[in-house]
Amino acid sequence: MSEDKKKILVLFAHPSQERSEVNKPLFTACQQHGDVTAIDLYREYPTFHIDIDKEQQRLIEHDVIIFLFPLYWYSTPAILKQWQDLVLEYGFAYGANGHALQGKTFLCAVTAGGSEAAYQKEGYNHFSIRELLHPLEQTASLTGMIYLAPFVLFSARSAVEEDRVNAHIESLRHLLTALANDTLDVETASSLPVLNTNLSNLFNA
Amino acid sequence: MTAYFIQAFIYLCAAVIAVPLAKRFGLGSVLGYLMAGVVIGPIIGLVGSETNTLQHFAEFGVVMMLFLVGLELEPRMLWDMRNKLIGLGGLQIGLTTAIITAAGIYFGLSWSIALTVGLIFALSSTAIVLQTFNEKALSKTEGGKNAFSVLLFQDIAVIPMLALIPLLALPELVEQAQAAVGQAAQQHEELSLVAGLPGWAYGIVVMLAIAAVVVGGHYLSRPLFRYVASSGLREIFTATALMLVIGIAALMSLVGLSPALGTFLAGVVLANSEFRHELESNIEPFKGLLLGLFFITVGAGIDFGVLASNVGPVLGITAGVMLVKALVLFLLALIFRIKNSDRWLFALSLAQAGEFGFVLLSYTVQNHVIPTDLAQMLSLVVALSMFLTPGLFIFFDKVIVPRFEHFENDREADEITENGTVIIAGIGRFGQMVNRFLRANKIDTVVLDHQISQVENLKKINVKSFYGDATQPDLLHTAGIEDATMLVIAIDNNERAVELTKYVKHTYPKVKVFARAFDRGHHFELKHAGADFIISETYHSALELGKEALISLGVHPFKAEQKKATLRELELCYKDSLFESWKKKTEDSKYSAHFRELFIELETAIAKAMKSDHFDEQARVERGWTPPPKDYEKRMNRDE
Repeated sequence: MSEDKKKILVLFAHPSQERSEVNKPLFTACQQHGDVTAIDLYREYPTFHIDIDKEQQRLIEHDVIIFLFPLYWYSTPAILKQWQDLVLEYGFAYGANGHALQGKTFLCAVTAGGSEAAYQKEGYNHFSIRELLHPLEQTASLTGMIYLAPFVLFSARSAVEEDRVNAHIESLRHLLTALANDTLDVETASSLPVLNTNLSNLFNA
Repeated sequence: MTAYFIQAFIYLCAAVIAVPLAKRFGLGSVLGYLMAGVVIGPIIGLVGSETNTLQHFAEFGVVMMLFLVGLELEPRMLWDMRNKLIGLGGLQIGLTTAIITAAGIYFGLSWSIALTVGLIFALSSTAIVLQTFNEKALSKTEGGKNAFSVLLFQDIAVIPMLALIPLLALPELVEQAQAAVGQAAQQHEELSLVAGLPGWAYGIVVMLAIAAVVVGGHYLSRPLFRYVASSGLREIFTATALMLVIGIAALMSLVGLSPALGTFLAGVVLANSEFRHELESNIEPFKGLLLGLFFITVGAGIDFGVLASNVGPVLGITAGVMLVKALVLFLLALIFRIKNSDRWLFALSLAQAGEFGFVLLSYTVQNHVIPTDLAQMLSLVVALSMFLTPGLFIFFDKVIVPRFEHFENDREADEITENGTVIIAGIGRFGQMVNRFLRANKIDTVVLDHQISQVENLKKINVKSFYGDATQPDLLHTAGIEDATMLVIAIDNNERAVELTKYVKHTYPKVKVFARAFDRGHHFELKHAGADFIISETYHSALELGKEALISLGVHPFKAEQKKATLRELELCYKDSLFESWKKKTEDSKYSAHFRELFIELETAIAKAMKSDHFDEQARVERGWTPPPKDYEKRMNRDE
């Protein structure tokens, strides 16, 4: 039974975990999930010397790739960018014979400081999260991966006080299970602005 | 002479057999010694009359113990613990003494005897309780920590008790004793400086003696120890430590004060000294043996006639005393909000009388406070309550813990905040930096070095460090290796570093060993010895300098940094195979001097590896941020 389960790789990037209120428990939930390999990139590469072979091997061995990070200046923390620059090599991820990622599923699990209203044309951030993450969406496209709408927690700075963290973790757990069992409505999931709204509707029976 | 040898052999033999046995059954070494005494004394009758003389000699072990207790009492630590010490400890002794005294008076003892008995029974057995806590890993629990505060307070309280008890002397017993001495007609006169002095002069002499201990301990001990330490002879240091303790004991006896009080004071004065751990490790074995001897003599002195005729009272008093003590402790646990199973642990663990009880009992008899036959009976009570202690711990494990288990599992797991202590052996340039870094990050360190000049330099810049040879197991023990999380080895002697690694990994497998290696051969030896982390002392600095050289020769700094990382990676790749081939070589070869040759060989292998990599199409050094080929878009279109 577990043979046909999808294998999930979570790459977690948070440079100051002692201050993390949401990402750390999210990462813990990933670690506890049986079908997930959860990697803390800042722990593994404190000096940013990323082991390219090892990371490529990990990608090959998994079916679903998840970036878990807090949004820093509308993008990933530095180590995730470093990871992309080094690991997604020509000949591996793209270009001639670069088909290693073809057909895999890619997802960003993001926390954002601003409210959902801020990430709109009229809001002070002017763009939606999905729009801001276009570079990653295009990376997925170039490498042949299926891009799912980002899984976002807005107003993350006040999530603990407003008691929204546990529900978010619970959603992530369900999402991981659905991804592992391949019961997610991928078509709808890739077309939404964010994955969270009515997440349970995306799970096939 | 022959007789002495035979006697010494009997005593040692009994101890060697009985103590390990007692420990195996969880009874603690004190009871082991007592049983040894009982066997060779009343049961087999191998020893007899000389035990009394021996006991006076063995009491010196108590003096040494109090010196060690004093050494452990850092004023700052005491101050931090003041609430628990005075609150818990003070109330425990006060309440227990009061209740037992009242009971004693009720049963017809005179108030002075009753009070003495109360004081004696208020004390618990530090030796048994702390040992059991260690064995059962209870030291870090709430109950364990609070019990420790009480025990510590009791140890300190012994000092005023020793001062108080002579004042409670019974006139009729003193008269009897004087009559006896009179009959013996001036066997020998006790040496005394204060005999026949008027009260005011006596007071001045006493004050002077105490001042001599405190001031001398503070100002003269350091130059003395430094002088001795510079000789580098370990046994002379031992002699100095003994001289100090015996000298103070002699001075105190001369002015008519308790030697224990004097050495305790000296211990407190020296508690902050950099020689503390070395002193402890030197005195500890003497104290252990003498105390052991003391307990054997107590056991040998037990009169089974008394026991046989008083079985009822002895059992009754024992049960009564333990009940009173447990109830008082339970009440205190309620007041001080010690919760759940910890409350029970606290109450049960300290419910016995302790080894200080024997000390005080023999002291009271000497000072004619308690008649000998009563003291005999009370000795039995103390011993019996100690015998029952393991039973109480078993009761705690089997009955109390299961009752609270489900309750305590509900609590969320605590985040580990206790980092434990790191012992740093060797505080030269290397150890100093490690120490500074750890301290800056609030990690507790204990720093040891056998070069007194080094220790003194550090004292000047306020680094807490101790004199002593870290490769000596005794010193490691007093520095607290059992409870340490890590030992950092940064000593200059390569062979000793390896020996130390072997010893610590073998004896304390839980302690991590982080070692500095002199060169690659040393590195492998340390690894072979079991060190958890090894760093070659020049490796990183040499690489860093090499990198800077590249930069100043025109290589881009970022590129130079990458090259450095690559070299390190390569080393890592080859590390294990190099180690394996080193192991094979050293096992085969008869001469360890061949190392040098071997390493030249290994270096060549690395150089070769570096070179061969350069010829690879995607050279290792060049990997990373590799741009796609110039015509990659065309190729991609073709691909599609």
